[in-house]
Amino acid sequence: MWNRVIALIGKEFLALFKDPKSRVVLIVPPMIQLLVFGYAATFDLNHLPYALYDEDRGAAARELAAAFDGSPSFQRVATLTAQDQIAPLVDARRAMVVIHIGPRFGAELLAGRAAPLQAIVDGRNSNTALTALNYVRSVVDRYNLDWLAAHGQASPPARLETLAWFNPNLESRWFFIPGIIGMITLVITMLVTALSVAREREQGTFDQLLVTPLRPGEILLGKALPGFLIGVVEASVILLIATLWFRVPLLGSVLALYTGLALFLLSAVGAGLLISSLAATQQQGLLGAFLFMVPAVILSGFATPIANMPPAVQAITLIDPLRYFLVILRKVFLEGAGFEVLAPQLWPMAVIGVVSLGLASWLFRHRLY
Amino acid sequence: MKGRQRGGAGMRLRGLVRKEFLQIVRDPSSIAIAFLLPIFLLVLFGYGVSLDADHVPLALVAEEPSVDTADFFASLEGSHYFAPRRMASMPAAEQALREGRVNGIVHLRADFAERLRRPDGAPIQVIVNGVDANTARLTLGYVQGAWGNWLARRAAAAGQEFATPVDLQPRVWFNSELKSRNYLVPGLVAIIMTLIGALLTALVMAREWERGTMEALLVTPASMTEVLLGKLIAYFVLGTGGMLLTVALAVFLFGVPLRGSFWLLWGCASLFLLGALGMGLTISTLARNQFVAGQVAILATFLPAFLLSGFIFDIDSMPAIVQAITHVIVARYFVAIVQTLFLAGDVWSVIVPNALAMLLLAAIFLGITWRRSRKRLE
Repeated sequence: MWNRVIALIGKEFLALFKDPKSRVVLIVPPMIQLLVFGYAATFDLNHLPYALYDEDRGAAARELAAAFDGSPSFQRVATLTAQDQIAPLVDARRAMVVIHIGPRFGAELLAGRAAPLQAIVDGRNSNTALTALNYVRSVVDRYNLDWLAAHGQASPPARLETLAWFNPNLESRWFFIPGIIGMITLVITMLVTALSVAREREQGTFDQLLVTPLRPGEILLGKALPGFLIGVVEASVILLIATLWFRVPLLGSVLALYTGLALFLLSAVGAGLLISSLAATQQQGLLGAFLFMVPAVILSGFATPIANMPPAVQAITLIDPLRYFLVILRKVFLEGAGFEVLAPQLWPMAVIGVVSLGLASWLFRHRLY
Repeated sequence: MKGRQRGGAGMRLRGLVRKEFLQIVRDPSSIAIAFLLPIFLLVLFGYGVSLDADHVPLALVAEEPSVDTADFFASLEGSHYFAPRRMASMPAAEQALREGRVNGIVHLRADFAERLRRPDGAPIQVIVNGVDANTARLTLGYVQGAWGNWLARRAAAAGQEFATPVDLQPRVWFNSELKSRNYLVPGLVAIIMTLIGALLTALVMAREWERGTMEALLVTPASMTEVLLGKLIAYFVLGTGGMLLTVALAVFLFGVPLRGSFWLLWGCASLFLLGALGMGLTISTLARNQFVAGQVAILATFLPAFLLSGFIFDIDSMPAIVQAITHVIVARYFVAIVQTLFLAGDVWSVIVPNALAMLLLAAIFLGITWRRSRKRLE
């Protein structure tokens, strides 16, 4: 039996790597994508373009403006002199934030009353707007504390002391890079598996395969192992890039990480082969690959937390293997988790893998046209 | 550019378009791509995707419960941003944080009530799980808001005027409730159309070459330009149908306001569709076999459009090299246009440069397809 399976695996590898275009496509883009996406995927804003409209021009207002200019998060792109200059600037997306200091700002401050400060934020991207607003608020808070201290006024009766576990500087890159590892691994597996059976069906070679002594289980093994092996190798390389290049701390057990990877690949290969064996043409296989891959990524909790989804959609995420793998990646990388924490993530992937591979193998024989 | 031989060839072209439509009808997967895929994705994402953290599970620990600690906790418990639960001790709360049952801890030490009355004030310890940095930051922001309200309420109760020196008054334009759905759904229109455009055409040229039907087409009087034009027209019509459906769903199902002009949106979407179809045709022509074309389509469409288009990640915050790379992503321009057209209105200073960029990219892609297809004749 093993001779036959090994021969089939050899044939699959030949089919994948014989074509120089296919060879390049499988190896080069995933690495480049990790590098590019790793830099692109962050919710941290820097050099946020802001405009200042200072109607006061007193010492206090200048000090506040200096606080914004001194912060690495903000970069002044314009200094306005009239109210009607604000709208065109924000509309054209040239300024994300406009800080508007009213004419009585300094006077109110010195009189000990609350001095209003208007911050206009472009809300087209609500998440960026919220983050920008938080940055504005922290600059203002610091200014307030300095003002109180300098003018001998009582500080508030209670203050917040904040602390973030696992990611003390709240670098969102540490959150996204493990997620990107999971996504790219999924994409690679889809590349290898989703079109493989569909291609043979379209070209008629699958019928030939079925009349050989190979049993469906052996065909399944021959089709699944190349995807699995390529997935392990490429995932290892991108894991190395993530730790050595992006310096994401890898605190937990590498063995646990690879167990998670193996089970994830099992389920992803299963899903890919299931799609492929359902498809009669490569066009259908490609459609199926997207119909699986796109929801799998969006519902995995990669960028938008699963906890924010409505309960019905949360239930759908339970059949998404990427959901479990992302939890494993993040817990092992950042929280230093080992097997004991990960068991609830491991078995669902095993179930998804076994069910989808079983269905795919059944379809090999029972879908013939 | 493309219309070179159109004059006397109207009938041939009509025949070719008809052939493409027949092919589309025979393998309904193209129709599924144009109409089922948008409905499926938009409904799933429209309901599933949200960055607005609501009911964040939070552990509240007071080492020595008193009127003051209860007063402060009441300000957190009254907010819909939190799903707070009181815990007896810090170790229990830390365990819950480690296991992911809560996202944060608010900790009041035993001397809270006493230090509250001292001049330097009492510390309130807030610990969040920083793994999801964005949610962590939102949570900290919400706690800060609740803290500010509590301070103001306390000062008012004591008959003092609450005096934070600078009172920040945020004004959020275009999306005053800061609903993330209002910007994610227009962005999704762009992502979904990228997929439709590229998926429809990624295999069509390669398929003709692989099955040998391209040679059959070439011995007819139809020129390569006409063959390409036939495909482009057929899939453009199909893609426009998908686009209209997606916009209708965004407006009527999800209630995203469309503040700009619908016709302008249609015009920009058509330009974008040309770019996306052009990218698919380029992939198809360069790969020349369906398997490789399919692989390239998987790699080149979804993740780049998802991550590099400004759909969720702000392009201005990316490093310069990555920003430069985003310029070849057609979706980038369309995301800027749809977010503006939906939420802000007809802002020409955003629309014109982005539309021109899409036109340029569409011309490049279609130009590559046309040139490379012609070379193959020899």
